[in-house]
Amino acid sequence: MDVKNLLKELTEISGVSGYEYNISEALSRYFRKYCDTVEIDKFGNVIGLKKGVEPEKKIIVTAHYDEIGLLVKSIDENGFIRFTNIGGIDPKILLAAEVIIYGKTEISGVIGAKPPHLLDADEVKKTVKLQNLYIDTGMDLKKVKEYISIGDYISFKPVSLELKSDYFATKALDNRCSFAAMIVALEELKRLKHDYDIYFVATVQEEVHLTGAITASYNINPHIAIVVDVCHGDMPDVPKERSSTCGKGPAIAVGPVLNKQHTNKLVEIAKKENINYQIDVEPGGTGTEAWATQVSRCGIPTVLLNIPLKYMHTPVETLNVTDVVNTGKLIARFASSVSEECKGKEDCSCK
Amino acid sequence: MQIIKDLVELNGVSGSEEQVANYIKQKISDYTDEVYTDALGNLIAFKKGKSSNVNIMLSAHMDEVGFIVTGYTDTGLIKFRNVGGVDERILPGKTVLVGDNKIPGVISAKAIHLQERDEFSSNWKMKNLFIDIGSEKKDEAEKLAPLGEYICFNSSYQELGTECVKAKALDDRVGCAILVEALKGTYEFNLYACFTVQEELGLRGAEVAAFRVKPDIGIVFEGTTCSDVPETEKHQHSTRLGKGAVLTVIDRTAYSDRILVNYIYNLAKAKNIPVQFKETATGGNDAGKIQRTGKGVKVAVISVPCRYIHSPVSLMSKKDYESSKNLALLILENLSSNLDNMDKILKGVEVNV
Repeated sequence: MDVKNLLKELTEISGVSGYEYNISEALSRYFRKYCDTVEIDKFGNVIGLKKGVEPEKKIIVTAHYDEIGLLVKSIDENGFIRFTNIGGIDPKILLAAEVIIYGKTEISGVIGAKPPHLLDADEVKKTVKLQNLYIDTGMDLKKVKEYISIGDYISFKPVSLELKSDYFATKALDNRCSFAAMIVALEELKRLKHDYDIYFVATVQEEVHLTGAITASYNINPHIAIVVDVCHGDMPDVPKERSSTCGKGPAIAVGPVLNKQHTNKLVEIAKKENINYQIDVEPGGTGTEAWATQVSRCGIPTVLLNIPLKYMHTPVETLNVTDVVNTGKLIARFASSVSEECKGKEDCSCK
Repeated sequence: MQIIKDLVELNGVSGSEEQVANYIKQKISDYTDEVYTDALGNLIAFKKGKSSNVNIMLSAHMDEVGFIVTGYTDTGLIKFRNVGGVDERILPGKTVLVGDNKIPGVISAKAIHLQERDEFSSNWKMKNLFIDIGSEKKDEAEKLAPLGEYICFNSSYQELGTECVKAKALDDRVGCAILVEALKGTYEFNLYACFTVQEELGLRGAEVAAFRVKPDIGIVFEGTTCSDVPETEKHQHSTRLGKGAVLTVIDRTAYSDRILVNYIYNLAKAKNIPVQFKETATGGNDAGKIQRTGKGVKVAVISVPCRYIHSPVSLMSKKDYESSKNLALLILENLSSNLDNMDKILKGVEVNV
C-alpha cells in the first residue's frame, strides 16, 4: 500500500469542521473496499463496520476527519474578504498564506495585511490580529459576490511536499493521517482473525467540540474505544517531555483518561510484534476524542494512539510516513487480540 | 504570459542568478548582435543602432529575495538568513526549495498549543526559525544543503481571478520579460539590455553594468510595491493594481529625469496606454546607480504594481504587465523614428508628442 500517496489524496480534499460533507462520500469509498457495511450517520460521521464472529461485541476505532480552517465573515467594497477561524489557528502563520475558498466554485486567494513598510514603530512590535487580515482573490467586488458568500468556508492550500527520510508535509494531516492509519489497519485485518465487530469511525467536529466522537460512541455503544489522533512532534525549543519523536512509531498515551489494562496490552503487543512505539504521557485532557469516548454512556475503556506531527495546525504539518504505517499495524493487532481479553467480561460496556 | 511563468519558476536569489541568465540568454540569442556576461554575472545584450550613436540602456534585475544556509541543529534542521529584504513575520509555515537540486523544505512554525503566552503575542524572529527538509541528522543535512546554499520560496505561478497572477519573484522577472520583448525590435540607436544581478542587495549589478555601457539614457523596468489594500490609508497607496504602468518621479535612490518622464507620460496618454504615477517616495532600484554613473545619466523607471512584493505570493495584474510592456515598446519605437525627440531629451528640452 502506498501510504504517502494515500495521505496526499486524503489531504488534498478539504473538510473544515462543520463542513465535512464535502469529503464524507470520498472517505466512505475507502471504507467500502474493506468493510461489510458503510454508512454516513446524520452528524456526518463515516462508519465502516467490519464484522467479527462474536455477536453484540463491539470495538470502535475513531479518527476525526475534520480540519481547522477559516470562514468568510464579510466582503468589503473592493472585494477583499474578512474571515474568522474554525479551530485553533495562530494568526501569525496566516501572513502571506495561500487559501482556497469553497464558494460556488473553488476560489484561490492569498492572505494580506497592512504592508510592512507602512507599519509604525508600535505596530511592528505587535502581532497581527485575525480581524486585521484579509483574503485577496485578485477579483473585483462584482466577481467576488458572484462566487463567494458570507459563511463559505476556507481551507489552507495543500502543499503536498515529499521530504527526505519518508517525511511528508501538508495541511490537514491532523487528522487525515489517522484515517490513513485506519485504512492500513483494515488492510492488515484482511489477514487477521478478529472476534469482535470493529467499527471504524471517521468523526466530525473534533476541532470544535468533539461532537462526532460523542455522538458516534453513544450510538454504537462499544465495549472498547481506540482513539487515533496526532501529538506534537519534537522541535528544538519545545521541552522533550511535551513532544514525541517523529519516526519512532505511534505514541501510546498513558494517563487518567486512558484505560490502564488495555494500554498495557497495547504496549505488550507492540513489543511482541516488533512495532516501533513510544509513550506519550497525558496528565489531563489529552486534547483528543478519548476525552469524550471515556465518559460515553456508562463509560468506555479507551486507549489512545497518537501519530507524532510537527508544526500542528499550520499549512506545513509534517510527519514521518512510517509512523502512520506502524499505527495502522498496531490498531489491527490490538483489535484482533483484545477480543480474547474481553470475552465474557460484562463490565466492558453497558448492556 | 508563458515567459513570465517560465521566469518566476526559476530560482535566482541574489548571488545565484545563473539559471535566470541562462534562460534569458537562450531567449534573446536570435535578436542581439552581442551578448556577454560580466564579472559579476550581469547579462548584457547589445544591439547596434542603424544610424545613431546614442546609447540607451534598459535595465531589469534577475535576482530575487531569498535565503542562504547558515547552519544546522543536531537534529538535522537547517538554520538560515535572508538575502535581500524579507519580512520575517511571514516566514513560519511557508515552503521553500533548497539549492540547485530544489530540495523541498518547510519553515518551522511552533504549534499554537505549545506557545507560551508571551510567545503567542510576539512576532517570530528568523534566528529562532529553521528549515525542515526531513533530515534527522546534522551530517546528512550538511551534505544535502551545504553552508552557503541558496534557498528560494516555493511558489508556483498561478492565475487568480480573471486578470491577476500570483507568484514569487514577480519583482523583477516582469522587468526581464519586458527587456526580452524590447530586444525583438530594431532601432536607430544603440540598445543595451542589461539583465542585472544583486539589485536586492543594494543595486550591485547595475552599478558596474552602467559603468561598462556608458548610457545616455537609462530606463529601468521593475516590479514595485502596491499598497492599495485594506488596513491602509488612501494616501499610503503607492500604486494601484490594474491602473497601468507606473512612472516614478522620486524614490529613495533616484530622481527620474523630469523631461524624460513627461515625455513617457504624454506618449502613454496619447496612445491610450494606462499609466499612473507612484505616489510615495519609498523604495529604490537600479536607477539610483545608473543615474550617477560616469558623467551622469538621464533615467526613468517604469514598473508593474505588485501587491505582497518580496513574499511567495506577490500579486500582479496581467493588464499592468501588458501596459508596461506596450509602453516600453512604444517609447523605443517613438525614439527610434523621431531621433530629434531623443535629441531634445538629451538637451533637456520638453518634447511634444
